Amino acid sequence: MLRHTADRIPAVLRRPFVQRLSAIAVIAVIAIVIPAFFPSTYYYRVAALVFVFAIAAIGLNLLMGFAGQVSLGHAGFMGIGAYAVAIGPTHFNIPSWLSFLIGAALSAFVAFIVGRPILRLKGHYLAVATLGFGLLLAIVFVNEARLTGGPDGMLVPRPVLFGWSVRGTETWYWIAAISFVFGAALAANLIDSPTGRALRAIHDSEVAARVLGVDVAKQKLVIFIISAVYASVAGSYLAAFNGHITPDVSGFLRSIELVAMVVLGGIGSIAGSLVGAALLVMLPQVLTFLHDYEQMVLGLVVMGVMIFLRAGIVPSIAAALSRRRA
Amino acid sequence: MTILAIERLSIAFGGVRAVDNVSVSIDEGLVFSIIGPNGAGKTTLFNLISGLYVPQDGRVRMRGEDVTGLPPEQLARRGLSRTFQNLQIFFRMTALENVMVGCHRHETVGIFPSLLHLPAVGRQNARTRAAAAGALDRVDLSAAADKPAGNLSFGDLKRLEIARALATEPKVLLLDEPAAGCNAVETGELAGIVRGIADDGITVVLVEHDMRLVMRISDRIHVLANGRTLAEGTAAQVRADPAVIEAYLGVHGSQEAARAVG
Amino acid sequence: MAEFVQFLFSGLTVGAVYALVALGFTLIYNASDVINFAQGEFVMLGGMTTVFLGLAGIPLPLAALLAVIFAMAVGLALHRFAIETARGANAVSLIMITIGASIFLRGAAQVFFDKQFHTLPAFFGSEPIRFVGAAILPQSLVVLAGAVVIVVLLWTFIDRTLLGKAVIATAVNRLAARLVGIDTRRIVGFSFAISAAIGAVAGILITPITLTNYDVGTLLALKGFAAAMLGGMGIAAGAVIGGLVLGLLEAFAAGYLSSQYKDAVAFLVILTVLFVMPQGLLGRAKVERV
Ligand SMILES: Nc1ncnc2c1ncn2[C@@H]1O[C@H](COP(=O)(O)OP(=O)(O)OP(=O)(O)O)[C@@H](O)[C@H]1O
Ligand SMILES: [Mg+2]
Repeated sequence: MLRHTADRIPAVLRRPFVQRLSAIAVIAVIAIVIPAFFPSTYYYRVAALVFVFAIAAIGLNLLMGFAGQVSLGHAGFMGIGAYAVAIGPTHFNIPSWLSFLIGAALSAFVAFIVGRPILRLKGHYLAVATLGFGLLLAIVFVNEARLTGGPDGMLVPRPVLFGWSVRGTETWYWIAAISFVFGAALAANLIDSPTGRALRAIHDSEVAARVLGVDVAKQKLVIFIISAVYASVAGSYLAAFNGHITPDVSGFLRSIELVAMVVLGGIGSIAGSLVGAALLVMLPQVLTFLHDYEQMVLGLVVMGVMIFLRAGIVPSIAAALSRRRA
Repeated sequence: MTILAIERLSIAFGGVRAVDNVSVSIDEGLVFSIIGPNGAGKTTLFNLISGLYVPQDGRVRMRGEDVTGLPPEQLARRGLSRTFQNLQIFFRMTALENVMVGCHRHETVGIFPSLLHLPAVGRQNARTRAAAAGALDRVDLSAAADKPAGNLSFGDLKRLEIARALATEPKVLLLDEPAAGCNAVETGELAGIVRGIADDGITVVLVEHDMRLVMRISDRIHVLANGRTLAEGTAAQVRADPAVIEAYLGVHGSQEAARAVG
Repeated sequence: MAEFVQFLFSGLTVGAVYALVALGFTLIYNASDVINFAQGEFVMLGGMTTVFLGLAGIPLPLAALLAVIFAMAVGLALHRFAIETARGANAVSLIMITIGASIFLRGAAQVFFDKQFHTLPAFFGSEPIRFVGAAILPQSLVVLAGAVVIVVLLWTFIDRTLLGKAVIATAVNRLAARLVGIDTRRIVGFSFAISAAIGAVAGILITPITLTNYDVGTLLALKGFAAAMLGGMGIAAGAVIGGLVLGLLEAFAAGYLSSQYKDAVAFLVILTVLFVMPQGLLGRAKVERV
């Protein structure tokens, strides 16, 4: 019966490339349609933040979900991206779009430099090393007050692109949504490529990958750099969108939050990253009515999801659905 | 011609001299078996040859080139691959994808085309898929190509590892107990597969406890016990060697065996 | 010289607290492979509960005792209701659960205590002791002595009692421990309780010097984790040494270099150590068996 239905689907739609893109097309359609239901710009704002964080989460998910390497310092790269679009125009008269690119390039470069030694570490040692790395960056942002404004942070000039000043919550919503869809498509492409296969192999067995000729150190470094660029891009958007940044953008709690988005949404699931980001961005907004009890409930939600949906929200639900169908 | 030469190789873990001054010279195109009782050091020897462990003493040469201490991925590029006694399967991938990873060293598209899924990636994937399907076919596993590796039987997984190693197009293939856990029929099929690989000119180094299989397909046999070389020769020579019988059966057992044969 | 001794003592004092937190990490990790990021909240609970019971009129020694018992109860509850129910979840999910627990406990402390900083009176007054030109707080000595007592007690317990042997057996090989009849679940629960107690005591001892509020746990968990990894994960002696080294690094970096960059110096050193010794100071390199 199942076989029969599968046979009726045209061959072109069964190709993995098309399948992947159709999943992303669904997300794109949702992103286009959903603003019709937004009662106020406040909703645009929250949705834009969801997409921005989801970009960073996808990057981290590539590292954690596909290569199996954890990073507790990824907010550090968000910080680089964020401060690039703040410092560039403010102190060096570099246009925002160029600062954005410089930030991404700088993140890639920093990831390249620290990646090799850090990624040699395994498990919890890797966790503590990345944590230390993120902390170092945050400390720099706090203390280089001449450039960064110190703990109080600094204003981020409004980006100007070809004479057009990027402003307005709705505009930012579209920028974030389009960028997310683009980033998700790139990530999905990677999965079914030589690099993607090598990374998934590393996740399951490093030794087997190595004896098959996979340069494990190089592959880990490549994906670390890519995930750093994702985080940097998200950081730049966040800074430009908010118009103001503080060193918190790169703090330990932010890094933990990114990991939580990936893990709660579902490790290895791109849609999961969006769901995880949505959960952690919207929950505090939704819970404000609880006032002082907000943190307690947030903690309980995090624990509850992990206890009852171990594989993360999206994979757990997908598994439950396919069980029911079978 | 000697394709793989091991010279006075040694490694110890704490007090255990797992491989102790072992020298082996393997000619191209043979099925060369390494046998010995449990704990003899066979797997450790494989780990040394394939670059997972760095020897404390001695050399490994491939076609005369000193490759001692090179990491596994570089040895793979020089044409050495292996399977594992305790399976090392990519459980989250399908059988075919497992084998596709074996093609990795022949894949040429870089990271940017991959991210953008340029046409070159599609063509590369198609080539890799075809090569991997061929390797799966060689071990009679084509039917399982699209199954998640986690759903395969133990015997199938053993063969999947062989296909994966074959996909690297090795010159030398190390097989660590491929018949362990296989039934008589599967073992029979395996014998054919291994012989076929050697007939294609790939040198097979085989570690195996199934003596019937070893005696049937080996061109030459090297015997280890307690990390040291005990004997080397053809199947007939090794079978008749009293030291080998004793290592396997103990002194008492070897007398029994002599009586049984005599 | 006076300066050096001053930094040395402040480093050892903070280091002792890091060491105790790291020890808590290590105990739980050995018993269950769980990295408990709520470890810092035990420290917070020790200090804050004592403060608030004291404010309620309970004599401080009794308040301190109750605080430790309370922290142990929280530790047991964390194990019973979160870790135990999630048995079989992977390492990252378990870490996430403990992070959720730490958010919950921090939130609860905001609600049921408050958001202010609090202190406790120093146990033996706050008149500094002069020692080769340095001024040393008596409480510093209390912290150091307390840490020594805890380490000795723990060591004696592990080394001399049957329950202690069961803890070691569970750490070395859980399955084998179960096969010889050890109730490893109880051992894990017990480890959570002891870790909580150690954290709470550390919190009570240090509060007179560093103050406490609902939020002190975050940074302590981070430092304690770093210390445990610096020493070598799963090695009790490593945790103690890692903690002291980290404390000293911070104190000397703050004193001689710059107080803003003290954490940076500490983490730079940790990174460098890990690059050279990927298993930490006392960890032995393991050859992965295949
Ligand atoms: N990584 C390691 N650390 C410590 N000891 C090891 C390690 N690898 C192997 N050994 C020891 O070296 C000796 C040889 O082990 P090895 O696995 O090579 O034997 P084997 O001949 O493959 O045995 P089997 O037939 O059971 O597979 C054993 O005593 C084993 O315990
Ligand atoms: Mg073996």
